[in-house]
Amino acid sequence: MRLVLPKAGGLGSSYKDIMNITINGTSQQIASTIDLSVLVQTFCPQSRHVLTELNGVIIPHDQRSDTFIKEGDVLELVAFVGGG
Amino acid sequence: MSASFLTIAGRSFKSRFLLGTGKFKNKTDLSQSIVAGDCEIVTVALRRIDLERHEENILEYIPPEVTLLTNTSGARNAQEAVRIARLARSSGCGDWVKIEVINDSKYLLPDNNETVMATEILSAEGFVVLPYVTPDLYIARALVKAGAAAVMPLGSLIGSNQGLRTKELIRILINEIELPVIVDAGIGAPSQAAEAMEMGASAVLVNTAVASAQDPAGMARAFALAVDSGRLAFLSGLPLQRPTANASSPLTGFLYPS
Repeated sequence: MRLVLPKAGGLGSSYKDIMNITINGTSQQIASTIDLSVLVQTFCPQSRHVLTELNGVIIPHDQRSDTFIKEGDVLELVAFVGGG
Repeated sequence: MSASFLTIAGRSFKSRFLLGTGKFKNKTDLSQSIVAGDCEIVTVALRRIDLERHEENILEYIPPEVTLLTNTSGARNAQEAVRIARLARSSGCGDWVKIEVINDSKYLLPDNNETVMATEILSAEGFVVLPYVTPDLYIARALVKAGAAAVMPLGSLIGSNQGLRTKELIRILINEIELPVIVDAGIGAPSQAAEAMEMGASAVLVNTAVASAQDPAGMARAFALAVDSGRLAFLSGLPLQRPTANASSPLTGFLYPS
């Protein structure tokens, strides 16, 4: 489990609320004001081409900064790997 | 020689050798194999990211001009295959998808019926769909109706290197189905790839035999040559097999009177 909080000056000071969500089948705690774009950068800082599915709905890259995470959300972070 | 181009969904390719990107010991071997094999289409898969460790981005090792064909491996039914294909398309890396639906962990045989269902859904959504199936004429016809862009029958079990165990069934597809027939799975040696191409297959897809070779790039080159050789033999018209001998040299009129 890891705590994800927005960086100072990033998303203001209202991160006192902590939410529980599920990422790739594992429970995680994150700040309540975080958007999907920041979350992806936090969890996958070096991975480009990360694909996201939030509660079964695919969220394209360009919609991530407008997509805010809610308590109980189920998120899948997926990437391309080798395959035949 | 336009007859030598492979055309899938309106796009033409010089290479008839498709490469799978799984099982490579390292990503450098993969890039070198793609180049050495002159591959223009490679398969990739999708997996959950491991949040605890950094994984390399495979796309950085695939030249940008190469067409990505996302495999739906991991899907156990049509709906899961559709979900994986849609996720892949959200990457912006194209809409070519190899439908692979597998329920059985011992033989890894594809579920043909679920594959037809997924093909129908994804074709209607504009995907270029290449379904991986056990060769069967009726399934292949259903795939044509469902909007497939090619049919990918297995030569033998995935990763088995057993070659064309299903050869006569694949031959029926080649003869009866208008779509490109791409032999996928089980091809373990360049001679087996050439055999598929000599029979009239449109292309072959190889992964394990290249990835697990001592020198993957060397093996990729060997496959590329075999595929070209087999294709040229097919286009040139192979002679029929005969049960008896037919002399290549004159047998009369020299030392002995006839």
